Amino acid sequence: MSGILSGSFLHGPFLWYATRAAGLITLTALTASVVLGILNAGRFETARWARFLVQGMHRNLSLIALTFLILHVGTTVIDTYTSIGWPTAFVPFVSPYKRFWLGLGAVACDMMLALLVTSLLRQRIGHRLWRGVHWAGYLCWPVAVAHGLGAGTDHGTMWVLALTVACVAIVLAAIGYRTVRLIPSRRVAR
Amino acid sequence: MVSHRLRVNPIKCDAHGMCAELLPEFIALDPWGYPIIPDEPVPEDLKSLARKAVAACPTLALLADKDRS
Amino acid sequence: MTALAEMPRRAYSHPRHRREPLPRLLAGIATGQPADLRHHERTYGPLDLPAAAWNRDRAAARRTAARLTDVVDRSGLTGRGGAGFPTGRKLRSVAASGRPAVVVANGAEGEPASSKDKLLLSRVPHLVLDGITLAAFAVGATDAYLAVHGGNGRLMAKLTGAIRARQVAGIDPVPIELVGINDEYVSSEQTAVVQHLNGGPGVPTFTPPRTHERGVNGRPTLVNNAETLAHLAMIGRYGDQWFREAGLRDDPGTTLVTISGAIRWPGVYEVELGTPIGEALMRAGGPAERPQAVLIGGYFGTWLPVGAAWQVPLARTRLRAVGAAMGAGILVVLPESCCGIAETARVVRYLADSGAGQCGPCIFGLPALADVLEDLAFRGGRRDAAERVATLIPLIEGRGACRHPDGATQLAASAFRAFKHDVYAHDIDGPCFGVSDKPLLPIPGSAGSW
Repeated sequence: MSGILSGSFLHGPFLWYATRAAGLITLTALTASVVLGILNAGRFETARWARFLVQGMHRNLSLIALTFLILHVGTTVIDTYTSIGWPTAFVPFVSPYKRFWLGLGAVACDMMLALLVTSLLRQRIGHRLWRGVHWAGYLCWPVAVAHGLGAGTDHGTMWVLALTVACVAIVLAAIGYRTVRLIPSRRVAR
Repeated sequence: MVSHRLRVNPIKCDAHGMCAELLPEFIALDPWGYPIIPDEPVPEDLKSLARKAVAACPTLALLADKDRS
Repeated sequence: MTALAEMPRRAYSHPRHRREPLPRLLAGIATGQPADLRHHERTYGPLDLPAAAWNRDRAAARRTAARLTDVVDRSGLTGRGGAGFPTGRKLRSVAASGRPAVVVANGAEGEPASSKDKLLLSRVPHLVLDGITLAAFAVGATDAYLAVHGGNGRLMAKLTGAIRARQVAGIDPVPIELVGINDEYVSSEQTAVVQHLNGGPGVPTFTPPRTHERGVNGRPTLVNNAETLAHLAMIGRYGDQWFREAGLRDDPGTTLVTISGAIRWPGVYEVELGTPIGEALMRAGGPAERPQAVLIGGYFGTWLPVGAAWQVPLARTRLRAVGAAMGAGILVVLPESCCGIAETARVVRYLADSGAGQCGPCIFGLPALADVLEDLAFRGGRRDAAERVATLIPLIEGRGACRHPDGATQLAASAFRAFKHDVYAHDIDGPCFGVSDKPLLPIPGSAGSW
């Protein structure tokens, strides 16, 4: 019996590469989503980029990030080389291996699930509750970055480091732009 | 025949303009960026866009009411 | 126990048995002291709430309460706070759900040109408090509030005393709680008072849900003007037929009007509905100078040239026929020496500054409207004032959560109608000499306030 569930597949390096790749794609998609979210909150628009496009891309990138998160978590868990099980992915700080850094990953994963669920149910739960949870997104992203730096085994590699730095830089730039240039609300403060 | 009417909660509305972008054939913006919603049912061919507009409103200020005519 | 109105009428030396129907509410005005409970009962008779209001049998109470609501329906009493909604219908809609309700008496009177509620509450408070108790019975309420302007310490103290006297006498099955609210114009709006009682800011909320469905603590809430409740207290004693002996068939009873401006004896007067405006003004001594126009209804009201206004009866349908409205019963006489456009500009600026700041069309539209009016009044127009106002009004009207912006647009539109010639003259020749520093209409917070 050859095939996908043979021992070498589950034990060999393929899943390990897959999980690292999926993790990096998740980080990139999440970063892009956060940047678009910041811009949308600041009412960013150009002649070609209407508000609903920025909002739509933010949503799509979040779903892409979520998809690759599932792949990232899935490939890690079924990989028999490490002893990371399902609970580790969702319950923070229970892993015997790299407890703190994997714990951060679980925290970020839980937050992303909360963001997903509240966004799907947005019209039912009302604006205030949705917004409260969505602000957690600002926390979710740096936790994910930290998880990547601490739990990842590639931080020695130049390009991975460069990618992480670029992600951080672009989010900081977006926050800066939003604070300085964009309009939060039309109303006069009272 | 169920028709839909749109109305806006002016307290929640913060002039994002998302609704007018998605439904320009029905919703116009006043000089200050706030939506002007006609007091008539949404045309049949615009109904799905109207639903999208309601979902897309950043402050959930746009509301749809079913009325039976 | 029979329903209230079927009880034998008592023979007091009370206006009920006099030939003329007036005064009714104001019968108890003594000089000096506010009417204490004993004086109140001597003047009007005791309230005699049915026993059903006191016992625990909710079903019996509801039946008797329904009979009372029928009496109120038949009386034709309508709200005296400005909206003029039929009171019987309001009582019924609050009682309809069968859930424990809340009564809120609105005595805050945010309208600067009105003093009638202040007068009632300071001189005949027990009439209003009787009305609250009666209304609480009619709608099955378990809580009752009286909202007044919190900054008026003296009034608050008087009312606290009056409520305590009633507690001692044990005449209110539902205890009445006095609540002080701030004196911003929007704070006395119905939903704003309810939101304040719910612990939130005193600003209007979006409806639906309407307060009679979900108000204080999510319960059906009756919000009535203080004067309406005072009339209710009288109907409870003397019945619907008595109430209808004054006024018109489609607008029965009496009402309080605050008359001010260029008038010899400014003050609060009680008039029968249907009294021509001119007659009411003559009761107040008549104009102090040559009159030009009359502001009817208050800052949310309408201007009418004095010639047109003089014969118009003070009744909802008659006023509506000439494009005006009762509002909170306010008549302000504008003399020829003043400028109607300048007065309107000041009031609209005041309304623009005193909005709740919640809705875009009001936040931006009212100042824009005030700009046009001020331009026209004080700086001479640019020949386009009428057009600019005509463009602005549909962008403002009906687009707020409450009726605040609508009041301002209505006032502005009526000014353009009533002062048509002045608008033209200002546009061409600039401000007139009537644009003085001393404003006629009181603007709170500025030098011209009362």
